Amino acid sequence: MEKTIKINGREISFTNERNLLEVIRKAGIELPTFCYHSELSVYGACRMCLVEDERGRIMAACSTPPRPGMSIKTHTERLVRQRRVTLELLLANHDRECTSCVKSGSCRLQELARILGIKNIRFGQKKGRLPIDDSSPAIVRDPNKCILCGDCVRMCEEIQGIGVIGFAYRGSEARVTPPFNKNISEVNCVDCGQCAAVCPTGAITVASHMEKVWNALYDPAKTVVAQIAPAVRVSLGEEFGLKPGAVTSGKIIGALKKMGFDMVFDTCFAADLTAVEESHEFLERLSGKKRLPQFTSCCPAWVKYVELNYPDFKDNLSSCRSPQQMFGSVMKGIYAKKLGIDPEEIFVVSIMPCTAKKAEAQREEFSKGGIPDVDAVLTTQEMARMVREAGIIFDEVEEMPFDMPMGFATGGGLIFGGGEGVATAVIRTLGREPVFRTHGEGGQIKTAEIEYDGKIIKTAAVSGLNNAKKLLEAIRAGKEYYDLVEVMACSGGCVGGGGQPQPNTSDARESRKKGLLGSEKLMQLKSPAENPIIKDLYRDHLYSPGSEKAHEMLHTTYRNRKRIDGEICFSEDIKKAGKVSVKVCVGTCCYLSGAYELFSALKEIANEEKFKDRIELSATFCLENCAKSPCVMVDDTIIGKATVEKVIDEVIKRF
Amino acid sequence: MTENISCRNFEKVNDILEKYDYRPSNLISILQEVQEIYRYLPEEILTYISTAMGIAPARVFGVATFYENFSLEPKGKNVIKVCNGTACHVRKSDKILSTVRETLNLKNGAKTTDDMLFTLETVSCLGACGLAPVVVVNDRVYGNMTPEKVVQLINEIMEGSRNDQDS
Ligand code: SF4
Ligand code: SF4
Ligand code: FES
Ligand code: FES
Repeated sequence: MEKTIKINGREISFTNERNLLEVIRKAGIELPTFCYHSELSVYGACRMCLVEDERGRIMAACSTPPRPGMSIKTHTERLVRQRRVTLELLLANHDRECTSCVKSGSCRLQELARILGIKNIRFGQKKGRLPIDDSSPAIVRDPNKCILCGDCVRMCEEIQGIGVIGFAYRGSEARVTPPFNKNISEVNCVDCGQCAAVCPTGAITVASHMEKVWNALYDPAKTVVAQIAPAVRVSLGEEFGLKPGAVTSGKIIGALKKMGFDMVFDTCFAADLTAVEESHEFLERLSGKKRLPQFTSCCPAWVKYVELNYPDFKDNLSSCRSPQQMFGSVMKGIYAKKLGIDPEEIFVVSIMPCTAKKAEAQREEFSKGGIPDVDAVLTTQEMARMVREAGIIFDEVEEMPFDMPMGFATGGGLIFGGGEGVATAVIRTLGREPVFRTHGEGGQIKTAEIEYDGKIIKTAAVSGLNNAKKLLEAIRAGKEYYDLVEVMACSGGCVGGGGQPQPNTSDARESRKKGLLGSEKLMQLKSPAENPIIKDLYRDHLYSPGSEKAHEMLHTTYRNRKRIDGEICFSEDIKKAGKVSVKVCVGTCCYLSGAYELFSALKEIANEEKFKDRIELSATFCLENCAKSPCVMVDDTIIGKATVEKVIDEVIKRF
Repeated sequence: MTENISCRNFEKVNDILEKYDYRPSNLISILQEVQEIYRYLPEEILTYISTAMGIAPARVFGVATFYENFSLEPKGKNVIKVCNGTACHVRKSDKILSTVRETLNLKNGAKTTDDMLFTLETVSCLGACGLAPVVVVNDRVYGNMTPEKVVQLINEIMEGSRNDQDS
């Protein structure tokens, strides 16, 4: 039988909606919310979504499941008043310098204040300001604009599995902060920007490169070159009233030219190049030269995640640079010469869906003699803002084609922007077409098997770092085996990047991906191996995939990073006479590779007759040697991959 | 500020974790017992606890800052509480507070002396208004305080700790 509830007197049927809010919205009624996101757990704290039943009981629609026969009202006088008061209270605690806020115009708080008709705020403003945290290359935190909705906290913890921002303190002191009030750059943040993507206010925003870019454009000595990532062309239109997925490459190029860019190229070209290099590397690994599985390395948030949390998998990351960085390297290292321009006079701007790309461009590996290969990274949102600042009416911009040669791409390069795209392009370069199927509960992992050279190659693709974590754990435990693994930090892949237009919902992400796949159908060449410009590039400059020259220009290396800054803990030990000091690292990496068991075993031994009073055992934090965890320090020698035997041998040497 | 965790204390932390089965719902009890060992919650230990229990560090920090009973800063050996409730305030507790600060050389809002001997706290109303102004040292209540008396009290404690060290 059909289930129904009454909303504002109207009978509405429902099926498997999880809460009243979804039913209400299905009925075409807009209820204000701050803390509800369908992808995240329900928090029910902002009190904006209140509804009333026929007996006058008030409840939060987001956290009440629909029951057949219910009758609720959404906009009674009482509810509207209550919502206004709640909003006024939020505004009282909020920085009100809206005109100078980057979020102005897309701020949910501003929008709801307008919709609810707030005319004055009857409560005094909170005194005292918290410092702004602009330590990260990707995001800026202004806690004075936070309304404590917790969206960022849940995003970072539930979807990304990172959990470096959380609620702390209580009452009027309550705030959202990294642990120990550290700066965001001092904790495990991977720069994915997903927190900024859900923050309804200007409390977490993306670090801006707009000024840098304007300055370069105004400088007549500079040749300003743009590269456009695949995901941008299917989302930028949203900023100008188009639907997610609408392809606007031609208009974007036209707008960039109007703004003064000298050349506009396609990151998809560089993505083709990445696919060629990555598939070559993959064949090398398959032949037993290096470790399998091969992890894709296009996503800098994922790369940083591995460096921070899974140093033992560092060598599984493909050594290929990302398309953004391959482009920068080829542009300044090869193409500049062809154009007869000094690389120092070229200013490369990437237009990306991504905030982590800002951090990637700043990695020292990607600079030569102090000149970065990529000078500035604009997000899709920043690009739209610059279009407006330049007084360009996007709708009326004349479409233009990409400049050649680096404007030519195949379908393989184009689909890098959506989930499974990179893995597909790599396999396609080998002459096969993978068909991905969902795998596991919730369908969070997509897998494909292809036959190659008499072997079955197993591929997996995941997005969202919490899903990646689950897959890594399964691989580490030997429960799953894959040869090629694609990981994108943002759910849905780059189309859902932290710099994409808001609302950045899963529906929007899905439509953008459809847009990419739709336009891929129209492309003449599908396999990156067929790209004629890339063939020329190898013939004239790079020789062959994986050549020494290719390695120098297109590959990179990875490093270990300490998990939490300031975690190290060496004190000048007053050495106890005659004792050998044994310090067991119990930092995160070492703990996870069995440091505590090691500690306990050593403890037993230290108590044995032979060693009694000759060993000074203690625990310490992160010896900065995480790749070799667990680590033990005997006097001042660090032992990596420590075992009881290794440690005792070292101790005995000192007797 | 960091230190190696002594073997004994580190084991105690692990015993506590084990006793509570590493269960996230026991976090508060765990933190309470850990605070008893260190008299505060050191950052390294909190980070360790978050790893061992598999809880995000931001969450552990959130709990540690939510409850007033937890302290994230090391406390001195002796805790001096000066009451600043209405009754004490009227009877010039301000004067006592500033005298303590001067005597202990606590500048710029510092709460604990460099030698870790004293921590100064202010509290609002200890429920002993009849004795105002009131000072509590290590849980012992001293009423009808004057600046002179408080200086004397501090000197006595310093004396005592010097003797402790000598012997
Ligand atoms: S950028 Fe990503 S990892 Fe960093 S705080 Fe935001 S959501 Fe967490
Ligand atoms: S920073 Fe933004 S998303 Fe996070 S709690 Fe504050 S207002 Fe909400
Ligand atoms: S949306 Fe329901 S309480 Fe915030
Ligand atoms: S956790 Fe980094 S060396 Fe042990």
